[in-house]
Amino acid sequence: MSAIFDYLTQEPVWFYVRLVLFLVGTLAFVGANAAYLVWVERKGAGRFQRRPGPDEAGPWGLLQPPADGIKLMAKQVMTPPGADALLFRLAPALVLMPPMMCLAVIPFGDKLLACDLNIGLLLVFAFGSINVMALMLGGWASRNKYAIISAARVVSQNVAYEIPMLLVVITLLMITGTMNLNEIIHQQAGGFWQWNIVRGIWDFQAGHIGGNILVPVTFLIFYTCMLAETNRAPFDMAEAESELVAGAFTEYAGMGFGVFFMAEYANIVVGCALATLLFLGGWQSPIGTVPAEWGWWGTLLGTGFFFAKMYFLIFCVVWIRWTFPRTQFYNLLNLSWKILIPVSLVTLLLTAGLLKLPNLF
Amino acid sequence: MKTFWEVLLGLKSLFTGLSITIREFFKPTITTHYPRQTETIPARFRGHIQLTQNPDGGASLCIACKSCERACPSACIIVEGVKKTDGPGKTVSEFRLDFGTCSLCGLCIEACPVKPVKAIEFTQRYNLASTTNDYADMDLVQRYKDLQAKKS
Repeated sequence: MSAIFDYLTQEPVWFYVRLVLFLVGTLAFVGANAAYLVWVERKGAGRFQRRPGPDEAGPWGLLQPPADGIKLMAKQVMTPPGADALLFRLAPALVLMPPMMCLAVIPFGDKLLACDLNIGLLLVFAFGSINVMALMLGGWASRNKYAIISAARVVSQNVAYEIPMLLVVITLLMITGTMNLNEIIHQQAGGFWQWNIVRGIWDFQAGHIGGNILVPVTFLIFYTCMLAETNRAPFDMAEAESELVAGAFTEYAGMGFGVFFMAEYANIVVGCALATLLFLGGWQSPIGTVPAEWGWWGTLLGTGFFFAKMYFLIFCVVWIRWTFPRTQFYNLLNLSWKILIPVSLVTLLLTAGLLKLPNLF
Repeated sequence: MKTFWEVLLGLKSLFTGLSITIREFFKPTITTHYPRQTETIPARFRGHIQLTQNPDGGASLCIACKSCERACPSACIIVEGVKKTDGPGKTVSEFRLDFGTCSLCGLCIEACPVKPVKAIEFTQRYNLASTTNDYADMDLVQRYKDLQAKKS
């Protein structure tokens, strides 16, 4: 087994084989996650309201996602009269593509990544922004007033939340000094006190104050912005089913609608994976480091840690959705422009100052 | 400064909300899985009426006086009686209820003169939904006999 892996990890010919293998794997991963996160969501919603959630199809309702999939695929995909047929059909594909591209640079384990890009973080944010365009396209092409209102909301919401998110990430980049996601994780080796969320406050290895003493606030801002960027409750202005029917997806039927749903969950996976990488040490063990001589088993263990952290954050997304009511739109923008952006600017300045501080003595 | 405290208080309230929902998350569910589980029906539940089972067995307690038929505001009860062969008085031969028009008001039961146990009572049946109208026409004498046969 390990011989095969070593063979496949040789540069440069097998780089492409690895890339293709990984992209196929990513497709499967996104599909499975989208299907079963819907199940987690419904199950979680049930538990938070003291209901059992779906439990008729299979044990614990585990066959619910395939049943939903069959139902969606059996439905007719219709283009409403007067809609821009090309853009209308293109939007679901465009909305699912960016999160899949992002997963290509996200390291799931020590050597388990498709593409060790030096600007991995930049790529994730670049594709994360395209996602908005796809939603807007879908809303615009539908020729439906609710869809267009939703599209307008999505754009203004995403513009507002992109800024604090990037500012927060910049504070982190100033500490890490690299955009290579795998390297950012390697810096956080050693235990949970070496993760950026703790290391920002006090750097145990160097024995001086960390680069950003407000790093828990930074994490909160990042998480909030992630929720807003993925259009999740309480910021689900794009759907807002009680106001806008189904928002940008109003005119979509069958799998067209299903793909938008898949994309939403894929975005959550990417967002939570990123939060894990940047703040919670990615695939690093919470205590000590995984010994290098464990080879692929160590990588597997690291992947386990990564998924544990990531799925915990995803559970928090579900938890938040079923706790808070939807915000009003002006409150949503106020939160970003009046609170998150000033606070993240303060953390940015603070980080810039604190990074210079140890050099002064 | 005021805004600063407002933001902090707002943040605290968010975490309070989260702590409440997570506590609910770990409590047991309170759903009754209906076709497989049922709630116990309260003793005084008003289902459709039926002839009370005679505690001594045998024929119904009904004396076919038609008080219930007269008391019924929607005229959904039809009672017919025949002379008893083994003594004075009448016994019920036909007791039909048109459940489609019955409003479950209970005036028939109030009007029943039979003592000490009234001859008609409420059942506890609630799952009477049907795709046809036949269920509405109920032969309560037949139902009495069926229940008695089941009991013995």
